[in-house]
Amino acid sequence: MHELSLCQAIAGVVKPYADGRHVDIVRVQIGALRQVVPASLTFCWTLVRDHEDMPDAELELEFVTAEVQCRSCGQRSTITSQWSLLCPWCESADVEVLRGNEFQVTSLDVSERVGER
Amino acid sequence: MGRFHRHDDGTVHAHDHAEHPHEHHTHEHHDHGDHSGYETGSQRIDVLESIFAENDIRADYNRNAFESNGIRALNLMSSPGSGKTTVLGATLDELAGEFAVGVIEGDIATDLDAAKLGGRGAQISLLNTGNGFGGECHLDAPMVNRALQGLDLAQLDLVIIENVGNLVCPAEFDVGEHAKAMVYSVTEGDDKPLKYPVMFRAVDVVLLNKIDLVPYLDVDVDSYLARVREVNPTATILPVSARTGAGMSAAGRGAPGRSNSSRLRSSRKVTRPGRSAANTSRNPASPDHTCASPGVAGPKAAR
Repeated sequence: MHELSLCQAIAGVVKPYADGRHVDIVRVQIGALRQVVPASLTFCWTLVRDHEDMPDAELELEFVTAEVQCRSCGQRSTITSQWSLLCPWCESADVEVLRGNEFQVTSLDVSERVGER
Repeated sequence: MGRFHRHDDGTVHAHDHAEHPHEHHTHEHHDHGDHSGYETGSQRIDVLESIFAENDIRADYNRNAFESNGIRALNLMSSPGSGKTTVLGATLDELAGEFAVGVIEGDIATDLDAAKLGGRGAQISLLNTGNGFGGECHLDAPMVNRALQGLDLAQLDLVIIENVGNLVCPAEFDVGEHAKAMVYSVTEGDDKPLKYPVMFRAVDVVLLNKIDLVPYLDVDVDSYLARVREVNPTATILPVSARTGAGMSAAGRGAPGRSNSSRLRSSRKVTRPGRSAANTSRNPASPDHTCASPGVAGPKAAR
């Protein structure tokens, strides 16, 4: 539901890096613990990119699975549950989240305008 | 025009991109073909910037504004209809005369909730989010920043930010609060923690509301508690009925974090001589009163 504002935030991150150049691709990393709907983000991006003067910018999404380090049993595990962050080995709640909270622009592809043909 | 960056190691710094936009690691790579008047070669620019960075910086401004005025702030969230506003009204009644409370009332449209909360001795700042694409589904830090202009922070001990009723989006945005609480009512079904884990994981306190209805519903309170625990093993869970007042005394004092209550109590502003926070109403926003310069609110309008 908030993907539209997220897309506006993505554009806000992109613009200073693009610095007026033509933006071809925007790469975004999304952790599994984020509540971001990829299809919705992609759709909203098609609305926002026109408004933000980067109409050809394609959004490329990279997904990051959640990983925790258990402080009780010491195991490092990938989290497959949709809701629980308990250690899959010992069910301890005393875990450190190593990966899965990412939500960042990792890189852009830009090109220089060389004049109208 | 500095921009903030948050790196993987958590460090943040600001600099001006216009000065050295090309210093980021760049390299030529694939061709796109030439079809639109652009060079065929494109250049990759590494960014690694959090999409929430700008929001989080603004949230820190808000937090600093609260702290420089000795205020603790609570972000109160829930689904629509769970009883957030009723809980808030009961909390204001509970704290009246003891703590000076400000409320930021977030709603897509209407001032109905703000009106409900009036007359309880609290300052109310209404924040309608219904511009743009049909109304934002959450509050973010810049919105709360604007709403701070409607509060006289110097007079307050506690600010409660009532978020837009929604179990999804508000969980993602730091607005500058010190603690997050949610209202979860027994009429919503015990599966909600599993369906909306980001929200339930984000909060410090869960107020399990409408427990006066349990005898009339086919619900098992223990299963509600267990499901919350599955998602959030450490949250404080307080069964309450905002309607009857059951449990509200503990909730009113527990919500901002028990460890903070004694600090608040020792420095509460409502008992200071010469203050009249309990009688203050909304402060008209003044253009020079921004969050970056807290404590310079304009004259208070008497209710």
